[in-house]
Amino acid sequence: MSTVRIPPVLRENTGGSRSVDVSGSTVAEALDDLFARHPALRDRVTEDGELSRFINVYVNDRDVRYRDGLATAIAADDTIILLPAMAGGAR
Amino acid sequence: MNHDHPTFREVNAAEALALSREGYRVIDVREQSEWDAGHIADATLLPLADVTSRIAEVVPEKDTPLLLHCAVGGRSARAAGWLFELGYTDVVSMKAPLSHWKEQGGTWEEPKQLLTPAQLRRYSRHVLIPEVGQEGQRNLLDAKVLLIGAGGLGSPIALYLAASGVGTIGFVDDDVVDESNLQRQVLHGVDRIGMLKVDSAEITIRGLNPETTVVKHVERLDAGNVERLIGGYDVIVDGTDNFDTRYVLNDAAVAARKPVVHGSIYRWDGQVTTFMPFEGPCYRCMYPTQPPDELAPACSVAGVLGVLPGIVGMLQANEVLKLLLGVGETLSGRLLMLDALGTTFDEVRIWRDPACPACGEGVAQAVEPGARVAAGA
Repeated sequence: MSTVRIPPVLRENTGGSRSVDVSGSTVAEALDDLFARHPALRDRVTEDGELSRFINVYVNDRDVRYRDGLATAIAADDTIILLPAMAGGAR
Repeated sequence: MNHDHPTFREVNAAEALALSREGYRVIDVREQSEWDAGHIADATLLPLADVTSRIAEVVPEKDTPLLLHCAVGGRSARAAGWLFELGYTDVVSMKAPLSHWKEQGGTWEEPKQLLTPAQLRRYSRHVLIPEVGQEGQRNLLDAKVLLIGAGGLGSPIALYLAASGVGTIGFVDDDVVDESNLQRQVLHGVDRIGMLKVDSAEITIRGLNPETTVVKHVERLDAGNVERLIGGYDVIVDGTDNFDTRYVLNDAAVAARKPVVHGSIYRWDGQVTTFMPFEGPCYRCMYPTQPPDELAPACSVAGVLGVLPGIVGMLQANEVLKLLLGVGETLSGRLLMLDALGTTFDEVRIWRDPACPACGEGVAQAVEPGARVAAGA
């Protein structure tokens, strides 16, 4: 199993869970498993079957944009981090 | 010293002086504090504890003739032995008090009085740190840091930078203090409600360190004023609350080659990184496209834990100090993510995007310094 870290803005789609264990040998398979468990996440993380432009996806500390995208291979014990931009600050 | 095998030589001050005039490289193995009290003019400081770990970087060629000295010749003899074992072939240690060197007419640099006696007292705990010293503290006193926002992140950052002796702190903020700010915005207090945040900040900082000059920019940062606002500052600290401002600031800072220390907070989560224009990625490399509002609610909508801006702000203040001192490794190219609920830190790598409209390939050459990439380009 790999672990997907759920960012705070998406936790309402996972019943508040901060991480979800998933199976799969690629990022696409892992995300499909994640969406099967939490269907509302699909539209927040992907657009027309591609990764949303608003969310960065990392396998461990590496951005999949600079690897093989959704086809990036993952191993058991890898951590997938979903990272949307955060705005909060001053006010 | 063992004379049966070739090793380093020990010489008196007159011989040492002659060798230095022949071109021997002078290495001072004393401590920073001793060096600060006066040193041989063309010497290089390499304290005894750092000799073996840093010699290859300071003197890469092992046949370079080296003249080591300390206060009287004890530490330099030890260092000379180590260097000989490391393969340095021509190592000499001066076995004489430094006063002999001066009496022989050797070059000498008197200590520069970088700090006043009052500053030496106030910043004594900084001056003691080898990476700061008097010179580093002088850099802080001469530095100008711009904080975008005098709110959640700006508050702790400003307090600690002012306490640290950063000479000029500018604030860009047109907001007034609201009761709901006081849960985290520690620059302000109940007697400041309704007051401009920059005015409240100035009062607090003056009480903490009268030596810090506060510059008040009562405006909102936008594409029209950003270049003027950031122009006079060494480091920009981004604690803004919306994406438009972050992109506008990013593009202007990249064009003006100003480092931006970035922090953002949401409920129990925080992110910190440092953007070094054309050396590391910029904000657009990390987030090429602005997310929709529902993915990026502000604190006023989503809420934020009171201590979170304190934690994230301190990490940002640390980045600022390292940039001003020129020491350590910044978060450039790394995004640090804090989950305060689990007290965990994660780190991901961020890369320069060759296609980045702000700092990608071709932009560095095409954009004149001071020119600005159009927002949204």
